[in-house]
Amino acid sequence: MAHAYTPGLKVTPWTRHRIRRILPIAGEVKRDVGERVGAADVVAETFMPGNVTPLNVANMLSMPPADIPECMLKQVGDPIAVDERLAETKGIFGFFKAHCQSRTAGTIETISEVTGQVIIRGEPLPVQVSAYVAGEVVEVIAGEGVVIESDVAFVQGIFGIGGETLGPLVMACESPEQELTAERITDEMAGMVVVGGARMTGAAVGRAIEVGCAAVVSGGLDDADLRDILGYDLGVAITGSETIGLTLVVTEGFGEIAMAKRTHQLFGELAGHEASVNGTTQIRAGVMRPEIVIPRSDHPPAADSKPNRIAGLLEVGTSVRVIRDPYFGVLGTVASLPSEPQALDSESRARVLCVDTSEGETVTVPRANVELIEE
Amino acid sequence: MTTPESFSPVPATSANLLDPSSINVILATDCGSTTTKAILIEKVDGEFRQTFRGEAPTTVEEPAADVTMGVVNSVSEVAELAGRKLIGDDGQVIRPASDGQGCDIYISTSSAGGGLQMMVAGVVREMTAASAKRAALGAGAIVMDTIATNDKRLPHEQIQRIRELRPDMILISGGTDGGTTQHVVQIAEMVAPAKPQPRFGSEYCMPVIFAGNVDARDAITGAFDDSVELSLVENLRPTMERENLAPARDAIHDLFLEHVMAHAPGYDKLISWTDAPIMPTPAAVGNILQQIAEQRGVNAVGVDIGGATTDVFSVFEGTFNRTVSANLGMSYSISNVCAEASLPSILRWVPLDMDERELRNRVKNKMIRPTTIPQTLESLLFEQAVAREALRLAYEQHKDFATTLKGVQQQRTVGDTFSQQSSGQTIVNNMTLDLLVASGGVLSHAPRMSQTAAMLVDAFQPEGITTLAKDSIFMMPHLGVLAQVLPEAAVQVFERDCLVYLGTCIAPAGIGKAGRACFSYQITGEGISHSGEVVFGEMKLLSMADGVIATAVIEPAKGFDAGEGPGKKVEGEIRGGTVGVILDGRGRPLELPTDRDACRQAVTTWNHVQGLAELN
Repeated sequence: MAHAYTPGLKVTPWTRHRIRRILPIAGEVKRDVGERVGAADVVAETFMPGNVTPLNVANMLSMPPADIPECMLKQVGDPIAVDERLAETKGIFGFFKAHCQSRTAGTIETISEVTGQVIIRGEPLPVQVSAYVAGEVVEVIAGEGVVIESDVAFVQGIFGIGGETLGPLVMACESPEQELTAERITDEMAGMVVVGGARMTGAAVGRAIEVGCAAVVSGGLDDADLRDILGYDLGVAITGSETIGLTLVVTEGFGEIAMAKRTHQLFGELAGHEASVNGTTQIRAGVMRPEIVIPRSDHPPAADSKPNRIAGLLEVGTSVRVIRDPYFGVLGTVASLPSEPQALDSESRARVLCVDTSEGETVTVPRANVELIEE
Repeated sequence: MTTPESFSPVPATSANLLDPSSINVILATDCGSTTTKAILIEKVDGEFRQTFRGEAPTTVEEPAADVTMGVVNSVSEVAELAGRKLIGDDGQVIRPASDGQGCDIYISTSSAGGGLQMMVAGVVREMTAASAKRAALGAGAIVMDTIATNDKRLPHEQIQRIRELRPDMILISGGTDGGTTQHVVQIAEMVAPAKPQPRFGSEYCMPVIFAGNVDARDAITGAFDDSVELSLVENLRPTMERENLAPARDAIHDLFLEHVMAHAPGYDKLISWTDAPIMPTPAAVGNILQQIAEQRGVNAVGVDIGGATTDVFSVFEGTFNRTVSANLGMSYSISNVCAEASLPSILRWVPLDMDERELRNRVKNKMIRPTTIPQTLESLLFEQAVAREALRLAYEQHKDFATTLKGVQQQRTVGDTFSQQSSGQTIVNNMTLDLLVASGGVLSHAPRMSQTAAMLVDAFQPEGITTLAKDSIFMMPHLGVLAQVLPEAAVQVFERDCLVYLGTCIAPAGIGKAGRACFSYQITGEGISHSGEVVFGEMKLLSMADGVIATAVIEPAKGFDAGEGPGKKVEGEIRGGTVGVILDGRGRPLELPTDRDACRQAVTTWNHVQGLAELN
């Protein structure tokens, strides 16, 4: 039977999930193997070298750089406070001394005879890494962090904004086709991960920020609304550091598009559970997609233990979604996979597949323009 | 005029040259971010020809995490097509060739894992920092940021930026030899405490190259501790009037191989397989373009438009320049093209009405699902419109960068009173451009060759007489690295198999009134005779087959310049191609009507003349 491989996003009701929680530089690991951790618990911490402030003392004292070491009141390694005297000239017979003060607190790191520049290193900056997903520590990486394992429901989105956040899941739309409007966001949703249906409107996101929701997850989003939310036109899909007040995850794409039924159903079943959400998206080498991770304490049903939407085999009968115009968002099953490239309406030649749509039509689309789903 | 140093990215020297008579079969691969492409070059009737090609996914990432697997897969495809065993039982490329097996030499380029990413620093942005940037770009790097004392950032902001970046290596320049050392040492003192972290692995020591004032070497060495590996090379700007980029560029290549590549999975193995140093892909492309320009004595521009970036290469009067527009591309960066160019600028190239809200969503959907392809004609025309704007912006950036050296003192006389030129003028001159070469998906895979030619003409706006060509299967990287060891073979394959000639564009510069004469033409050759007049705003397409050479006599109307000055007759040799001869009377700079209806009408007419698409 003809088949091919095509990418898809992972949506699974139950999987054993492992995450590495690693410090950016070496530090202290706070938890041991076997310990259970909550999502907000700190598992490792360290101190980054403080910020650096250069002060050109030669210019400040109007002295040649070579004379600066003699003028210094503080030496390398000495601590210094804001407005504390840093250097002083000898003056004339001990009078008319010129001096300069530090504009910042920290420790003297270097004094240059060549440039007359003094580098002051600020206080170390604490960096903490939380568990992010509740579970058990199964490995400690000495000086770096831990690996946490948990049984979770896992949903990958296609695009997100904002970093890691936590909160209980709450359903704002009863069906995946329902638009997430501002009226559906209530005051009780503060601190929660709000799940919509189809497109989230700009007004709904504004209302969610006002209420203080932790995250909003829905099928689609209009680019015009995204521009209004961010205040600028997003050029490249490298996100995660935005600070708009919450995290957004789009599960399907831009425009009017319903959330996949299975995804919406899964969220519905897990409403009230604590969810860990990360909007970080990077669509370059080393792709990162946003995610919603929901730890589960119940046991998995025997027949449902495999991921349902993963990169994999595309064959006759497989459920697919068309991800490009003119059939963007259309759902259906693969009817056939012709092996020879065919001419498209654009006159390009490409390998195609025929899809029986849920509306009863059969459409031909390039293989590059579908992704696997399982309803 | 003082121009930046002319250099070949990796010069072919007698030390690394091979004897062509002893070589019959050459295997070359280019390990790209997503695909590894292999080509076979064989001696046929005494001439080197590209005979077979194969490709396979690049295997740098998990689960394979070994670049040689992708290489073996792509070479196996070539072997299958050629009926020639190229991979031995030990899993390695068979060398030397014998009994219809193996190859005589194996060479490779690489841009896998995002290529070479660098940060450069110099004292003055327009002078030593610009020279450092030129050296890094010429060596095939992506320049992540340029730090200079006058880059309008406060010192602590610069330090913060250095801390955030994770380059593969850093190049510091500054000061002329014998000049003041203070400023360049100040730059080093800023870089050192920032403790820049490399992109790969914590055990990896950040390579820092110092190519500034030789008198500052001791102070620079003192400024860094053991956390970096400092290399001292000759000053890349020994005097204000001269650039000396080669030593810095060579150091970049060495460190690229020793550090960056050595940390990429499987590269240690690949390095041991190759018969010439692995080059960064863009450096190889620059290398072959310069070889060709030098050999033919022409000015050439090459462009490679990808999903994320657009590279522009130029050789004008022997001076090579390369720029990378990091966020101008057709998939990952398509949304950025729309943001930078604006949708109305893109839509002026589209002869159809399109809903802006829907288009914005379509663009974003392409960005988040970059592998999709246009299915409808409407979708294709929109993507080609985006490509025109991406190419236009990338070329503008290139023109701004490819300048004469800035900061050079000039002696002026009374005669210069009315024609004073400051230093730092662009050396890119569309009127003297002879050859424009296209590569990259949207240009290479356009369903009609006329669409490729139209995108080039609309975006680059060549003036006078310009030959248009495209890289048939993107083999310029392979030929660039081959030119290091066998320049003769590289040039032969380039001439015969690499370029697909689209034809010639004839376009006088100047602006006139619609319907008034722009130029008259007379084209004669063996079995060819075309003559006529082109009015302002009009385009004509003459068919002239590939390989046909003819003589064109162009007589521009008053106010128009075809290369010899306004209104002056120009005679030149032109070349046919798969598209033919494009007579472009739209004037330069090219201005489209501002009224939407008039613009749509004009674009529809031009599309029709060039045979770009059959719209209902």
